[in-house]
Amino acid sequence: MSASLTDNTQKGTLAIRGGRVIDATGERVADVLIDESGRIVDVGPDLTGDRTLDATGCVVSPGFVDLHVHLRQPGREEAETIETGARGAALGGFTAVVAMPNTDPTMDCASVIRDVLALSRGVACDVFPSAAITVGRKGEALTPMAELVGLGVRMFTDDGDGVQDDRLMRRALEYTVGLAPFSGGAPITLAQHCEVKALAEGGFMHEGAWSSRLGIPGQPAEAEVIMVMRDIALARRTGARVHFQHVSCADSVALVRAAKAHGLPVTAEATPHHFCLTDAACASYDSVFKVHPPLRTDADVAAIRAGLADGTIDAIATDHAPHPQHLKELPFDEAPAGMLGLETALALALTELDLPLAKVLALLSWQPAAIANLDAVHGGAIVAGRPANLAIIDPDVTWVVRGDAMASKSRNTPFEGRTLRGKVRHTVLHGEPVVVDGEPTR
Amino acid sequence: MKHLLSIDDLGGESGIEEVLRVTDRFVEVSARDIPKVPALRGYTVAWLFYEDSTRTRLSFETAAKRLSADTMNFSVSSSSVNKGESLRDTVETIAAMGVDAIVVRHKSAGVPWQIARWIDASVINAGDGSHEHPTQALLDAYTIRHHFGSLEGRHIAIVGDSKHSRVARSNVKAFTALGAEVTLVGPQTLLPPSLEGWPVNVSHDLDAVLPTVDVCYLLRMQRERMTEALVPSLREYHTYYGLDGARAARMAKGSIIMHPGPMNRGVEITADVAGLDNAVITEQVANGVAVRMAVLFLLLGSGVDVIGSQS
Repeated sequence: MSASLTDNTQKGTLAIRGGRVIDATGERVADVLIDESGRIVDVGPDLTGDRTLDATGCVVSPGFVDLHVHLRQPGREEAETIETGARGAALGGFTAVVAMPNTDPTMDCASVIRDVLALSRGVACDVFPSAAITVGRKGEALTPMAELVGLGVRMFTDDGDGVQDDRLMRRALEYTVGLAPFSGGAPITLAQHCEVKALAEGGFMHEGAWSSRLGIPGQPAEAEVIMVMRDIALARRTGARVHFQHVSCADSVALVRAAKAHGLPVTAEATPHHFCLTDAACASYDSVFKVHPPLRTDADVAAIRAGLADGTIDAIATDHAPHPQHLKELPFDEAPAGMLGLETALALALTELDLPLAKVLALLSWQPAAIANLDAVHGGAIVAGRPANLAIIDPDVTWVVRGDAMASKSRNTPFEGRTLRGKVRHTVLHGEPVVVDGEPTR
Repeated sequence: MKHLLSIDDLGGESGIEEVLRVTDRFVEVSARDIPKVPALRGYTVAWLFYEDSTRTRLSFETAAKRLSADTMNFSVSSSSVNKGESLRDTVETIAAMGVDAIVVRHKSAGVPWQIARWIDASVINAGDGSHEHPTQALLDAYTIRHHFGSLEGRHIAIVGDSKHSRVARSNVKAFTALGAEVTLVGPQTLLPPSLEGWPVNVSHDLDAVLPTVDVCYLLRMQRERMTEALVPSLREYHTYYGLDGARAARMAKGSIIMHPGPMNRGVEITADVAGLDNAVITEQVANGVAVRMAVLFLLLGSGVDVIGSQS
């Protein structure tokens, strides 16, 4: 390992030298100087500090923000812990992640949120717990949202399940509109995993030509599309902020585009696997390709790419979903759904999307930061006075994906063996290097 | 060929024809006074049936015994599977005992493919979920070939729940590879959601199709389909898609009626039709043993000469 960091143990100022800075305000060649408090103090030519991170040939970006990760703690520490998940996040350039609430117990009450916050101290990225919309994610009763907002929760979701009951979803949206006094004025977002159970239940992959051939019961695209329609209608009715998680169908992209054109407060995310893979991958019966929502068709992949390009989709989120190998060796229909994502997101976006680098960084950093209301700390412009949460990436280096080289406790990457372009070289969290030359420091 | 997971593994017409030719030899063996040859002496074949199937298991077992193979029956209901053992652990345990082939039946599509990735032994798919059942298709093709000399140009209607049918999926591949024209007949709810890439015709009108077919192949109608609202009632299904005497009488002269069993008499087929001379259902069962002998022999055996001849 080359010694980019002159002395890792030493404290003091940190200079990131020789890189090209790209943020929401534009692009310039500049060094970045960070003080001992973890704030940026200067951006310009020829800056030196007590310690140096070499960024020659690299891009210095605001740290990435992942709106959708499953850290599995509490409850399924065999698959992942907050510590290992955060380490993977840092290796992927993420300085902040929003943790999904489908833990055991569910993140649906103050005590569990406090536990998660406590477990998140000192890990390799900032962890922001989301909380469930309904108690136990059962879709029956609302969680104590005001109390949870008081603990710092800014996003609610029953991820893994959509809220099936129309009336309950309407009430949840209405209720969030009145939560501003308890959040210091910060907006609250309801994030929805759009899936109508009555249509999707009993299906294990996208319903179409491949499911028909493979004899695997399918989930029709309409299971997602119908709930997107409903929630757009309810967003219009209530004025509440709705975020569509892991959009997977062409029709969903079109609906979100139209809703935005009408000025509705909706946002959307897409995962790398939904813009890189199709249902044809399931032909191997390898459940590493099983995910919710399922991998869909070439036309859906094209629509998601178009949505990312034209701003309909605001963010790339990973839906990082670790599962132990023995569960992924169950029969396809019995195996749990989900795939790893944190360490491959940037490279997949750079390799597979025909987008300018600054656009990819917007999708990974400042746009998701705004949705999660984290933009005061993450994803902001790289200027003096801001917290130093940064990803220093080499956009041109190629590398081969290896699940067993990842920080995750699990290995279920669907991109095993793929050669990708672009890698995170260093990650800086509140002024401290947490990844140096591709190696984690905590 | 190491495994028989799908009809696709046979590589089209020539591979299927080879199995049918070898089956001819074993039909002859089965007709002997002592229907047993030493072709697979010293080989061990294990049954791994995660789903009840007395007839398919007995058919394979008879086939293996007539080839002098040793057999090992892994009974799921009385095994460590009920103690939470994983599929992989179970399969690797059996493989460690030294088996040459594993015959697997599972309710989930794709399981034989998973098993084939984990072990060195040959894997034979005896039915995986709604996906494939290649030896059923081979015995069906053999039976049709026996009646018509060849499948080339013959019109075969597959009637019923092709959506959930592994028999239909394997049969479509085998029959069309051998040159037959296949029409899937049934209500839209019982057809696969997409037929993209399937070389078949589709009809919802059994009465219109019946006079044009050489083979009317009836699929078993599962009673649980009622609860999924796929058809309004078994009575309605029977009224429009059941083969009764009146419908059978409208079939062309020389045409045959087939069914993979077990039959739901009074639903997809009436008792009188099942007893007609041109209903060849027991013939299918008999051919099943010979076809499975051929498959085991081709996967494991070393040459046709050990079959010998009676005279």
